[in-house]
Amino acid sequence: MILSRLAGRPVLLVIGLVAALLLPWFVYPPVALDIACWALFAAAVDLLLGFTGLLSFGHAAFWGSAAYATGLIAVHSGLPFPVAVLGGAAFSAVLAVPIGYLSIRLRGIYFAMVTLAFAQMVYFVANQWRDVTGGENGLQGIPRDFFGVDLSDPFFFYYAGLPFILAGLFVAWRIVRSPFGRVLVSIRDNSARARALGYSIDRYKLLVFVLSAALSGLGGGLFAIGHGFASLDGVYWTTSGQAVMMVVLGGIGTLWGGAIGAALIVELNDRLATAGFQETGIITGAIFIVVVLVFRRGVWGTARTLLER
Amino acid sequence: MLQQAFNGLVGGAFYALLALGLAVIFGMLGVVNFAHGAFYMLGAFGSYVLLDSWGVNFWVALPLVPVVLGVAGTVLERLFIRRLAPLDPLYNFLFTFGLALILQDLVKREYGVQSQPYPRPSALGGSIDLGLFDYPAYQVFVLAVSVVVCGAVWVVLTRTRVGMIVRAATERPELTRALGIDVARWVTPVFGFGVALAAFAGVLAAPMRAVNPLMGADLIITVFAVVVIGGLGSVFGSVAAGFAVGIVSALGNYYAPSLSQTLVFILMAAVLLWRPAGLFGREEAL
Repeated sequence: MILSRLAGRPVLLVIGLVAALLLPWFVYPPVALDIACWALFAAAVDLLLGFTGLLSFGHAAFWGSAAYATGLIAVHSGLPFPVAVLGGAAFSAVLAVPIGYLSIRLRGIYFAMVTLAFAQMVYFVANQWRDVTGGENGLQGIPRDFFGVDLSDPFFFYYAGLPFILAGLFVAWRIVRSPFGRVLVSIRDNSARARALGYSIDRYKLLVFVLSAALSGLGGGLFAIGHGFASLDGVYWTTSGQAVMMVVLGGIGTLWGGAIGAALIVELNDRLATAGFQETGIITGAIFIVVVLVFRRGVWGTARTLLER
Repeated sequence: MLQQAFNGLVGGAFYALLALGLAVIFGMLGVVNFAHGAFYMLGAFGSYVLLDSWGVNFWVALPLVPVVLGVAGTVLERLFIRRLAPLDPLYNFLFTFGLALILQDLVKREYGVQSQPYPRPSALGGSIDLGLFDYPAYQVFVLAVSVVVCGAVWVVLTRTRVGMIVRAATERPELTRALGIDVARWVTPVFGFGVALAAFAGVLAAPMRAVNPLMGADLIITVFAVVVIGGLGSVFGSVAAGFAVGIVSALGNYYAPSLSQTLVFILMAAVLLWRPAGLFGREEAL
């Protein structure tokens, strides 16, 4: 029952799961994990952008600070990595409460500007708080303990991390398909009417903001464990922009589209890096511009339109 | 203390010029220009390249670079911004974000991330006795020019016919159109003018700040916070907040150096709590 509703068509669900399971066979395993983490991050951003109508341009604050929190827990406590990752996600959720509370007072483009500004604040704090974050060197040597199981091979670690990503995506999907998610969509489409119907829209917005931050944090924490370090890049504004880019490329409001966007962008960045091309902004910026100008429905959105025809 | 405040005013001059350009563009087009910081950076690099490659000095670059980039801005508006204008304003924000990435990395590819030197114009090399303390002449010049430019824009907006049209189009675009005024005709020049202001600030910044590809990106995010503090859609508020934030950051830098970078965002959070529409903003902007 649930399976048949997932993604509308069970076939697509199976294809998606198989793709997720086979990914490290086809792409370099560390890159496969990056794709999975970014896919969850993109889904979390889409939860706000596509289903609540809020463009957060500051989600790097949650992705990056969860990376630090996860790393700190793993380094200092020696607990198994799942505990550290969940701790990181919880940290993001807590951080999202004040940021969300203040940001949701504004709408539309102002919401984007304010979230961006708060993320920049988190960046400056991380940069300055060297004793804890390592400043520009980043937080290095994050272990990946799991009850003594050897997960140093990225190929195996991908399968250790995948359940977290799939669980996160499932949560995102459940949110969208729940009565709560329906209220979010009504806030997106007509917030005055949603309010008139008696929904406390600020409370809904804050809750989805916190949930989205927690899911982003889950992705960011796993990313930090996978790489063994957490860096300032994670809290920088380009990271927020990249997540939004993946959502737009995959298709706003499609939830799964972000995974396609993540796969394309991460793989592209990896190839550019391998080729020694450092100024990836030239390419990704150009792709972004083209998508915004002529391909606004994104890959998944376009495919869905074609399928439904 | 007074000297710190003066430092703040000079820093605020840049915030004010950039916030002014952003506010004018936003008012007329409803576009938040993420590439504003990139144009600031291009302004600084433009004057650097002019001096380095052709020996063109600061006094020529100061008008020339903003005009060239302003014209480039009008082309940009005609070709792209206009096309996205009828859609959700988020699309133009995303478009200009992509543009900023491209411009920044193109410059990075050409010149690297190291800062390029740019000498002070020789006429402004010394310092000026301001009565209570001596101050570098160039900084005094930057402050004076910025105040004059912001004042001039204010006069144009409030005292001239063009300004009236722009303000009317900002406040009530449909009504202005219904009164027989061709609003669309003014959109392109206003966008170009806003870009030129950013480039102007960049040229002014070249002799006193590090000229590097990243100089605009971080600054523009702070300027976003300034605009939110000053008031959404308020030109006056943006400029006033620019100078005020400059002073507060300079004092913060003096008394609590560890807070200097975050202070402006704390200020923004306080304003959001107390007056979500900003100090001079209108509630309807919410």
